[in-house]
Formats: sequence, C-alpha cells, structure tokens
Amino acid sequence: MSEPLFLVGQHVRIADRTPPAHHRVPSYAKGHVGIVERVCGMHADPEQCIRGDGKPFQRIYRVCIRQTEIWIPYEGSDGDKLEIEIFESWLESAE
Amino acid sequence: MSDSWGPHDIGGQQAGSIDLSEHDIAHWEWQIDAMMRLVHAKGLISGFAELRDGIERLSADDYDRLSYYERWAKSLAYTLLSKGVVTKQELNEKVAEIRARQAVDGLR
Amino acid sequence: MMSHDDHDHARTFQPDHAEPTSDAALVGLALRQLLIENGYYTADEEQTVIAEMQGASPKNGAYIVARAWTDPEFKEYLLQNGTESIKKLGFELAPYEFTVMENTEQVHNVIVCTLCSCYPRTLLGMSPAWYKSKSYRARVVREPRAVLLEFGVNLSDDVDVYVHDSTAELRYMVLPQRPAGTDDWSEDDLAALVTRDSLIGTQRDLILK
Repeated sequence: MSEPLFLVGQHVRIADRTPPAHHRVPSYAKGHVGIVERVCGMHADPEQCIRGDGKPFQRIYRVCIRQTEIWIPYEGSDGDKLEIEIFESWLESAE
Repeated sequence: MSDSWGPHDIGGQQAGSIDLSEHDIAHWEWQIDAMMRLVHAKGLISGFAELRDGIERLSADDYDRLSYYERWAKSLAYTLLSKGVVTKQELNEKVAEIRARQAVDGLR
Repeated sequence: MMSHDDHDHARTFQPDHAEPTSDAALVGLALRQLLIENGYYTADEEQTVIAEMQGASPKNGAYIVARAWTDPEFKEYLLQNGTESIKKLGFELAPYEFTVMENTEQVHNVIVCTLCSCYPRTLLGMSPAWYKSKSYRARVVREPRAVLLEFGVNLSDDVDVYVHDSTAELRYMVLPQRPAGTDDWSEDDLAALVTRDSLIGTQRDLILK
C-alpha cells in the first residue's frame, strides 16, 4: 500500500494522452485541471490488465472540475461541477 | 478537449432527447448478463476491464447499431476466442445449430 | 409467459422468453451453450446468478437512505466511507467503493457512467434503459440541467448541479433530501418514499403518498 501522491484540496491536471488500448479517462476530461475532492483506495489498474504494463494496483482520486472549465459555452451556474475518478498515473500536480 | 478515441467515449457529444420508457430485460439478455458474471467468477477473465476492452474495439457502426446486450455478447466472443476458450469453428457451428432449430420452431 | 398490466403507454413490452435472431445475440447464445457443454459453468449456476440479479431492487438503496435520515451517526459514516458503513447493514460492494453524494438545498447530484454504464446493481437493481443510452451518457455531463428538465427536474440557478461520472472503481448513489412532514415516520415508511430515480439523481423531490 503506497502513500497518496496527492492530497484533498490539491490542484491536479489530468494527462492528455491516448494509450493504444483500454483506459478509463474520458476525452472530455483530458488536459483539465481540477481539485482532489477525495483520496480513494488502491485498485487494479485496467490498463495493466489489458496491456500488461504499468503498475498493477494504483490509487484512485476523485477529481472535481468546474463545468465552465470543460464546456464553452456552458448552460448552468458557475458553481456546477463535474466529478470523476482518476488513477494516480494520470495525474500531476498543478499547484 | 481531446478527440474521442473510441465508439464508447461519448461524454459531451451531441445527442437527441432521452427515451424514458422502461424496457423489460429479455430472457436471453439475462443469460448474457449471467455469462459475463460467471466467466469472471470462474476465472476465465481477470476482470471486467477485458470485456470493456472488447466493447471498445467494436466499430463505430456496430456500437451504434447493436443493443446493449448484443455489444456485451460480441465482446465476450472476442475475448474468449482470443483466449482460446472456444474456437471460431465451434462457435460458427453452434450458431448454425441454433438457427436451424429456430427455423424448425417457426421463428424467422 | 408473464402478463403485464400496461398502465404506462411508454412501457415497451417484450415477452421474457423471446428468442433473438440477430447475429450478435446468437453468437452470445452459442457461446453460452459451448461454455455450459464444456463444463465452464452449469445451467443451475446460471439460474442462481439470474435469480440474484432479478431479486435486486432499489429497496436496498432506499433502506440505506431511510437509515441515514434517521441515524445521524450512520449518515456521517455513510458519506465518509460508504463501503464500510453498509457492511454493518449486510451489504457488500467490494471491490468497488460505495460513494454516497448528499443532496442539499444548495446542491443536486446526478450520476452517470459515460464510458459504459457502471451502476451499483446489488443496491439499486438493474439500471434503467435510459441510463445505458447514448443520449444520457453523452449529454448529462455537458448539459445536466437540460437533461434533468427532460426528467421533470427544474432547478433554479441557486442550486448547483454536481455530475458524477463513474469512470473507475467507485459506485455511486444519491442521498435525496428527506421530505418535510415526515418527522415521526418509521424507517419502513420512509424507505417506501425513495424511488430509483432519486437514487440516481434524475428525481429531486420525493412525493409523500
């Protein structure tokens, strides 16, 4: 069990990359900056499952992104959020 | 925003109004659903990631036109064929058998 | 064959033993037959799994909601560690992390899985067809308020919408607001108020019967 790399409240950027096969990051989220809302547990990495490379177990983080960051234009209030779960290897600090 | 990388990667795309009607799950669909869970329970697949990967490999056309359980059925076939759990030949023969039986039973 | 009292015009009835004829469905059924014939699983095991899934319903989720409304300590733990808190009630969701999002006067939550249609079936039963549809999955992340309007949920600007995309190993449920006028109600009566759609987030206000 490894220590979390990121903490609640920290700004993180979701990587913008396209592995050749199965990965669980929707395109709409790639490249965006959000805030870690929750540090979750360790889980089997689906990319490792399919491609056999990378870390087999990784920590997941819930990342909270403002809707107005993702969609331009956005119909809604400035306080609207989009929250997704991302594996650690997809995140880097954006502080 | 990155371009969508597969037929399943649709968050944020334009789409029509949502059909709110309820649909009963047909018997054969329950059987596909059970097969997904059983192949996992029996260790034929290591996780649902393999089945999701199978769906993501569908052509855009297939993804669009196939129903939910038809997609999982195709994914299961792709996955288990790749692993050599069944062969293409035996699968084709079994499909032909079912079609023949359906013809006898008076189905289209 | 089951018969249905068809009160709802929108309901699409399919007899539950209808045989499919499409290529993809037949490949699936052929595969199933081969797996059973070759001893990978039995028809009995299949029936057990099917019965289990057919038995799951939103009643489990509703029970969790009613408990959270009446037990503040349980509610706090539920919001902090859903997976562990529901073990005490006899529910097991591992390896997934059960994550509960609370609706308030200021916030409305709605759940989706844009990439496929992940859903906590043991607690909510089978997911509705619309949850699995491309329209819902594509649109609710981008225009949640317009989508919610299609479900009859009309949110004012002073309520924020949080959309949760179940992209990895978390499974979500919304904790709807407890309706006014239910202070003395039993847990059973409270649970009976909770609908499937309120647990997904496509319904906000629960109706007193």
